[in-house]
Amino acid sequence: MKQLVESRAHVAYVAFVVHRLSGISLAVFLPVHFLVLGLVIESTAALDGFIAWTDQPLVKAAEAILIVLLCVHLAGGLRLLLIEFVVWNDRQKLFISGGFAISLAIGLLFLLNG
Amino acid sequence: MVSDIKVEIFKGENGQGDFVAYEVPRLESQTVLDVVTYIQRKLDPALAYRFACRVGMCGSCAMMVNNRPRWTCRTHVEEVVKQGQLKIAPLRNLPHIRDLATDMAPFFDKMQKAGGCFVADATVPQHMLEIDPLSAARQEVDAGIECIGCAVCYAACDVAAWKADYVGPAALNRAWTLVKDERVADVNWYLKQVALDGGCTSCHTQGACSVHCPKSLNPSRSIAGLKQAMANAFLKGVL
Ligand code: FES
Repeated sequence: MKQLVESRAHVAYVAFVVHRLSGISLAVFLPVHFLVLGLVIESTAALDGFIAWTDQPLVKAAEAILIVLLCVHLAGGLRLLLIEFVVWNDRQKLFISGGFAISLAIGLLFLLNG
Repeated sequence: MVSDIKVEIFKGENGQGDFVAYEVPRLESQTVLDVVTYIQRKLDPALAYRFACRVGMCGSCAMMVNNRPRWTCRTHVEEVVKQGQLKIAPLRNLPHIRDLATDMAPFFDKMQKAGGCFVADATVPQHMLEIDPLSAARQEVDAGIECIGCAVCYAACDVAAWKADYVGPAALNRAWTLVKDERVADVNWYLKQVALDGGCTSCHTQGACSVHCPKSLNPSRSIAGLKQAMANAFLKGVL
């Protein structure tokens, strides 16, 4: 019997999904990151060319998203490490929403400084 | 007030079947279990479902109500009815028997598997332990022992749906109350049980158990406690 389930509609589940998706996105990004770093071995000009290309607004926006993903994954990971190895705290909702808010703020700061 | 409720109930055997529609008169302070009982008594005597105490003690009346697991004897219709409709199905994650009745055996077997039995220290009769009800350890135990074994947490849990050998939140919550119990003989035995595959490390802290527990227990917290205790035992080399 296939059942529709609504028991996922709560903050901790959203945190779980965001942690998974950000983890997968970062894992996909990493090889590209190393590839670009590898350009410098060929020639510094190639790397400089690429860095100039990243100054485009669309690429800047993609970078901001990447930074938010990284922060959100870091915050989620720290929260889990804390409750699984150190101590439980009943204010999990605050931790989760705080982690999201700080990550978004860091992404915005990056855009404003860009 | 006296409008009818449109109720859809899953009817069938071994997971095969479909939802059947009924109309039930709406009454004041009516519970979801009242609705199911009305249908069985007046409209469909063959309907299979389970209940015993009707006051939230026995844990036998849990069902999926509008796609969420709930204890039906303590759930008022007005809390859960959506546009005059109720959809009632058997509990998720458990083998289906008939209509609204599921096979609870795997749920209780898993409680045993996670070490859910109290094994006292054999020397206790000679050295009667004095348990301070205000001690931190006893408070941890008290926070978890009110479980009525209704399997609402188990039905709410996605890990229980994905991983067949996951023992589930109730079993781990029970194990945690024993790990923190000063009277048990061998705490490490309990930690070994929950460290097995399908034990506490399978939990992804999704928290649906704590959100849905009708007794407002916090199995997520108990499981986190087990993970901490397990890690400490591992570092000390006793696991
Ligand atoms: S009938 Fe006993 S808990 Fe609902």
